[in-house]
Amino acid sequence: MAHKASELELIKLSKRYGQVTAVDAIDLSIPSGSYCCLLGPSGCGKTSTLRMIAGHETASDGDILLGDRNITLLPAAERGTAMMFQSYALFPHLSVLDNVAFSLKMKGVPTAERHGRAQALLERVAMGQYARRKPSELSGGQQQRVALARALITEPRVLLLDEPLSALDPFLRIRMRAELKRWQSELGFSFVHVTHSQEEAMALADQVVVMNAGRIEQVATPHTLFNAPASEFVARFIGGHNVLEAGGQKISVRADRMRLARTAPTEGASVAAQVAAVEYQGTYVLVELAHAAISEFSVVVPEQEFFAAPWQAGESVHVSWASADAHALA
Amino acid sequence: MDGKRSPGFYALAAFFGLFLLFLYGPTITIFVLSFQGPEGGLTFPLNGLSLHWFHELFKGIGVIDIGSALLRSFKLGLLVTTLTVLLAVSAALAFRKSLRGGGALFYVTVASLIMPSIIVSLGIGLSFRLLDGAFKHFFEWAGWLDLLDSFNTSMGLYTSALGAQLTWTLPFGLLIMFAVFNRFNAAYEEAARDLGATPWQTLRHVVLPLIGPAVVGVAMFGFTLSWDEIARSSQAIGDLNTLPLELQGLTTTVTTPVIYALGTITTLVSFVVVALALGLAALGRRRTGRRG
Repeated sequence: MAHKASELELIKLSKRYGQVTAVDAIDLSIPSGSYCCLLGPSGCGKTSTLRMIAGHETASDGDILLGDRNITLLPAAERGTAMMFQSYALFPHLSVLDNVAFSLKMKGVPTAERHGRAQALLERVAMGQYARRKPSELSGGQQQRVALARALITEPRVLLLDEPLSALDPFLRIRMRAELKRWQSELGFSFVHVTHSQEEAMALADQVVVMNAGRIEQVATPHTLFNAPASEFVARFIGGHNVLEAGGQKISVRADRMRLARTAPTEGASVAAQVAAVEYQGTYVLVELAHAAISEFSVVVPEQEFFAAPWQAGESVHVSWASADAHALA
Repeated sequence: MDGKRSPGFYALAAFFGLFLLFLYGPTITIFVLSFQGPEGGLTFPLNGLSLHWFHELFKGIGVIDIGSALLRSFKLGLLVTTLTVLLAVSAALAFRKSLRGGGALFYVTVASLIMPSIIVSLGIGLSFRLLDGAFKHFFEWAGWLDLLDSFNTSMGLYTSALGAQLTWTLPFGLLIMFAVFNRFNAAYEEAARDLGATPWQTLRHVVLPLIGPAVVGVAMFGFTLSWDEIARSSQAIGDLNTLPLELQGLTTTVTTPVIYALGTITTLVSFVVVALALGLAALGRRRTGRRG
């Protein structure tokens, strides 16, 4: 079902609100049939970008192409996109079935036909027996499935998801995350998913787009992102990295690739620091370090290794890493 | 906690009881006294129980035709309600967009609540008299002498009185709708647009059903405000009085329980209107619930 003609492309796309630039001339290409996560802190422009693609904000500048069509100025419903809203925005006064059939009703499709098609989609997301319920009578996960069915009935070529998991409790969030991924590979078209959770992006995305202050910091697969963050911002935002200066250049080193020792190593790069705190995490122990020039400095020590020679807060420590694990930042 | 209530509870309960008595006591007293026996007077004790004063009421009180006054009040109330709902809902919708001059418009509307009612009423009466003068001059100038002879005043139930009552019901209606839209989640409208609904379809299938209960509230409020409005109508009513104005006149001339019978009937009309509105709202809810 993957259409080659469903590639989504943003060209010099900008959004300005008066003096404030929310999205600053970004270029991005999302291949058809891929799971793309727009990742960044609040206010980074990720939601504005998604809403411009959906047609709920007008682009101040630039173009949005979907397949062979320029959709920049088209009304939301004619773009071939469908949006899953934060907290789903299911119509509370309509039954699940009528929610899903809503867009067909707007098009004037007769009742029997639209209910038939809506019911079929509800079966597909395993919500068939809930057709007569009101959205308020469903759990968060069930609401997400209904929201998906409601979006799918418009036969979109791209599904846009605005923080779809934020309304769920942490336990359900992980389950529904897996479900989103499964649906995407089953349906075969692109999902563009806005999130501020790097964990969510890592778990879901084929392509992670890290945004900051209206610009794109890096576009990469989760693996590349984690092993080769392009900038200090990316390294800090995705976590699990230490950013320090070596030879007049900023580098990042993964927190699990650093070694702690009580004596200074004879070769390789190292710095001296002090243990500030120790946090037990189960499979590993997080040793937080204090160093005058390095902020948010911590090292991940495997549990067994840690308990072979435990560290105490206040101890002096030498931190070393292999030069191959040091990654230069832009 | 041993389950005993503090002394403060009893004090507050007593206070609340007094409040309820103050609120409903007069209505209940009038209700009871309207069933006064034929020999009874305006005060207790009850001298037997009868429907005598209701019969008297329907025979008419002196020169005043209560039946037509009741009907006039009812018609005016319905018109005021309809206009209040239409204008308050559409104005509140307009205020959700960036409305140029919206701030000034809002203050002008709400200022009408702050102005003393009797001043508003006098002002409206005065304006209509000026208007009448202008009409007369115009008819004279145009040579329409028949019209000049038959013309009395442009004041009336559906002109000046209607306007006077709207100065009272509209600001309330608008404020209620503001509160409603303040809590309205705009994502529902975006979702509707995303699913291909036109602005009109969005209003019809999403916004109106969701704000429906509040609109019923505005309607009920509009009707009850109009139904017993005196101060603003008093100087702007024209030739024919509404029921409350007739009642006010009666209190000085009528000295029998027939006025209580009238009070009972007007109260019942209010109750019936409120019950109808609530019933309609419940019916609407059940209908949307069953569909699908």
